[in-house]
Amino acid sequence: MPGNILPSEFLVQVDHQRCRRCKRCILNCGFGVFDFQNMTTADSSKCVACHRCVTFCPEEAITIVPNPLSFREHSSFDVDKRKAIWKQAQSPGMILTGMGTELPWLNVFDHLLIDACQVTNPSIDPLREPMEMRTYLGRKPDRLEVEKTDGHYRAVNPVENCIELDVPIMFSGMSYGSVSLNTHKALAIAAFRLGTVMNTGEGGLHKELYPYRDSIIVQCASGRFGVHSDYLNAGVAVEIKIGQGAKPGIGGHLPGEKIGREVSGTRMIPVGTDALSPAPHHDIYSIEDLRQLIYALKEATGYKPVSVKIATVHNVAAIASGIARAGADIIYLDGFRGGTGASPAVVRDHVGIPLEIALAVVDNQLRTEGIRNWVSIIAAGGIRSSADAAKAIALGADAVGIGTAALIAMGCRLCQKCYTGNCSWGIATQRPELTDRLDPEWGADRLVNLVDSWTLEIKEILGALGVNAIESLRGNRERLRALGLDQTTAEILDVKPAGM
Amino acid sequence: MAFGDQFSSWRVDTGKVPSGCGISGVMNQDGRPFSGDAIIESMKVLHDRGNGLGGGFAGYGIYPLHKDNYAIHVMFEDPAGKAACEELLERNLQVEAAEEIPTKPVEGISDPPLLYRYFADPRSESLQAEGLAADDFMVKLVMTINTTVPGTFVFSSGKNMGVFKAVGFAEDVGEFYRLPEYEGYTWIGHGRFPTNTPGWWGGAHPFNILDWAVVHNGEISSYGINKRYLEMFGYRCTLLTDTEVMAYLFDLLIRKHGLPLELACRVMAAPFWKNIDAEDDPEGKALDASLRMVYSSALVNGPFAVVVGYSRGMLGLNDRIKLRPLVAAVKGETVYISSEEAGIRQICAKPDRVWAPPAGTPVVGKLKE
Repeated sequence: MPGNILPSEFLVQVDHQRCRRCKRCILNCGFGVFDFQNMTTADSSKCVACHRCVTFCPEEAITIVPNPLSFREHSSFDVDKRKAIWKQAQSPGMILTGMGTELPWLNVFDHLLIDACQVTNPSIDPLREPMEMRTYLGRKPDRLEVEKTDGHYRAVNPVENCIELDVPIMFSGMSYGSVSLNTHKALAIAAFRLGTVMNTGEGGLHKELYPYRDSIIVQCASGRFGVHSDYLNAGVAVEIKIGQGAKPGIGGHLPGEKIGREVSGTRMIPVGTDALSPAPHHDIYSIEDLRQLIYALKEATGYKPVSVKIATVHNVAAIASGIARAGADIIYLDGFRGGTGASPAVVRDHVGIPLEIALAVVDNQLRTEGIRNWVSIIAAGGIRSSADAAKAIALGADAVGIGTAALIAMGCRLCQKCYTGNCSWGIATQRPELTDRLDPEWGADRLVNLVDSWTLEIKEILGALGVNAIESLRGNRERLRALGLDQTTAEILDVKPAGM
Repeated sequence: MAFGDQFSSWRVDTGKVPSGCGISGVMNQDGRPFSGDAIIESMKVLHDRGNGLGGGFAGYGIYPLHKDNYAIHVMFEDPAGKAACEELLERNLQVEAAEEIPTKPVEGISDPPLLYRYFADPRSESLQAEGLAADDFMVKLVMTINTTVPGTFVFSSGKNMGVFKAVGFAEDVGEFYRLPEYEGYTWIGHGRFPTNTPGWWGGAHPFNILDWAVVHNGEISSYGINKRYLEMFGYRCTLLTDTEVMAYLFDLLIRKHGLPLELACRVMAAPFWKNIDAEDDPEGKALDASLRMVYSSALVNGPFAVVVGYSRGMLGLNDRIKLRPLVAAVKGETVYISSEEAGIRQICAKPDRVWAPPAGTPVVGKLKE
């Protein structure tokens, strides 16, 4: 009996008339699809459609097509469900996947429309007028106390310790180990050049990146990988990662094959051992424990802002309120479309709630309790475009985080095979021959281009709205309308239907 | 519940109504009272800036006989609302005097609601029970009446001042309320050009809470977040027009948070970051930066020109890039502010100085002690 009864996802076709037998495809494929015996051959069963071979073939001789094989249609047991069953029947275990969910859940962003000025108020031309994007993350007092000395006013309690962002877009946490050092470098260089920050993720910070400390938020997660005093002080803030949008409630597992010498040194674990992040922090079994860690980290860092990252789950509003009251300065909401290096598909695709809804209820809850100034909100996990970013800010976010979009900018094709460590684009891999491909400067240039482009687009949106500062969009749901959303969802979002 | 729900028969709830407008203000800084004639004259030449769908005035120093009582102006859709409201007032306040607001028939003003005023103070036992200072108690009471008593709207609640407004052209509204018979040291006026026809008297300017009265020309593009910010502090933006957020912001920033007027203006028409970055004085820089960070949701963005009346003075302010007109003038102790120079020249042919205040730079008239 055959071991594998799964047909290939894609078919790799090589045009032998055009192929000049240069073997670049063989070198470029991280998944070992190609071989050469008198002519280039392809094992389609290994292809993930990452397009690395296609991109580097000088003769455009390679074509990748979805396997056109027909299946008997069945609307309930659709093909993907049948394939999952075949896989698990063949080899027991959870089905692993990478990146955010691919299932067609309702995307609320795609049902929100942005307003613009006509006649009664003037739109503003961002090419001619100042358009302010600067954003400060962190706790602000509820009111500013002012006193007059020598005829001049001064603030008695000036705002200190906030993180200044030139653009309200930051790079989300992706750990060194799950991604390559060159990926981390590209993110840090880009963050520095953009006047924003990158988040280390949970794998520590390689020594080579310490010079970028003003553009880095260091993360402290349940595995405590690479956490030491210098590390905690190597950024502008510390983030406690409680959960991840792609896999709420579960831990992480970086296989030993990805733990080479450099990753080992950075994570402070032996070479070749699996890096297991526990599902909970074992010193945080409740909100009062979180408070202790928040203040321990503040003590360790001279009171830098502390961010708490949570996955958006059903009771997210109350949880966020607790986090604010526990002393956090930033709440990082990771929506259920957020990416991951590795997650069981069942969790990625079925656990959590959309970012848009979580963001709306968290912002509302903090306002209802009068504590919105205590924390900044970062919205991440599902931000695909400047339009999503603008809508998230209008729903109440102070800034957005991008992870998947940043990787796509550097070549990622969303093949969702990050967990294999074979990433042909040199991103989600530690194989030296693959990681060498990603030039950090090239990656940084592309990240800067992307964020600059989105910034320009957000400025156009602000101008069309007739405002010239990002804070006038923040939480301004009056300038959003819902189209094609059910009434309950629109009410939860506190957004009027289009036409009203 | 939106405020409009109570006015099902009286007004049409069409959401936030954008409007253009004409505004004027006159103040004698020496406190010398003058009649409402002047402000009506000034508004007459701004006639075309309104379209007859809203006009109004506020006068300060007009109730010398009751100067220490809260003067509460209320409009009622019907006697039922009046009874319910008066019951609430009686329960919470010591009412010193109550009367119908004097009016006279004027062509162009039709279907007035019932218009009453009450001179009253919070009962000390009510203050104790709520644990609130008198001003906070009054704000809460006004919000309660305006959101819960059907067909009832408190449109003025300060001391020794009063708001008078209606659907109509400003000059007709002034005659309707017999303003030439009042004398005050500050008068502000407004003629409205709403872009639909809600036909609701409460929607006219000025907007008032306690001492603050605001007339406004503009559309607050940041309305949504300003409103949500104010709601954190218990304000309820019930009028579906963005001008009320300006009145509430002044009340919040100055009365509740204790900011001086000029800093409140720096919150609402904040300096640009590039200007803050260029400041030499580190304390001034820290102050401006902190104001922007703490009060980012109170930045009033979009075109506006406002004239704000309060017992100690009068303020004119433009948005941070001056998208609506505002002209100021002085003659002796009198300060004039208007949408147009014509609105000033009409009542003061030869001012000592006339100027266009730069964007975001307040013009302040101050009552001499």
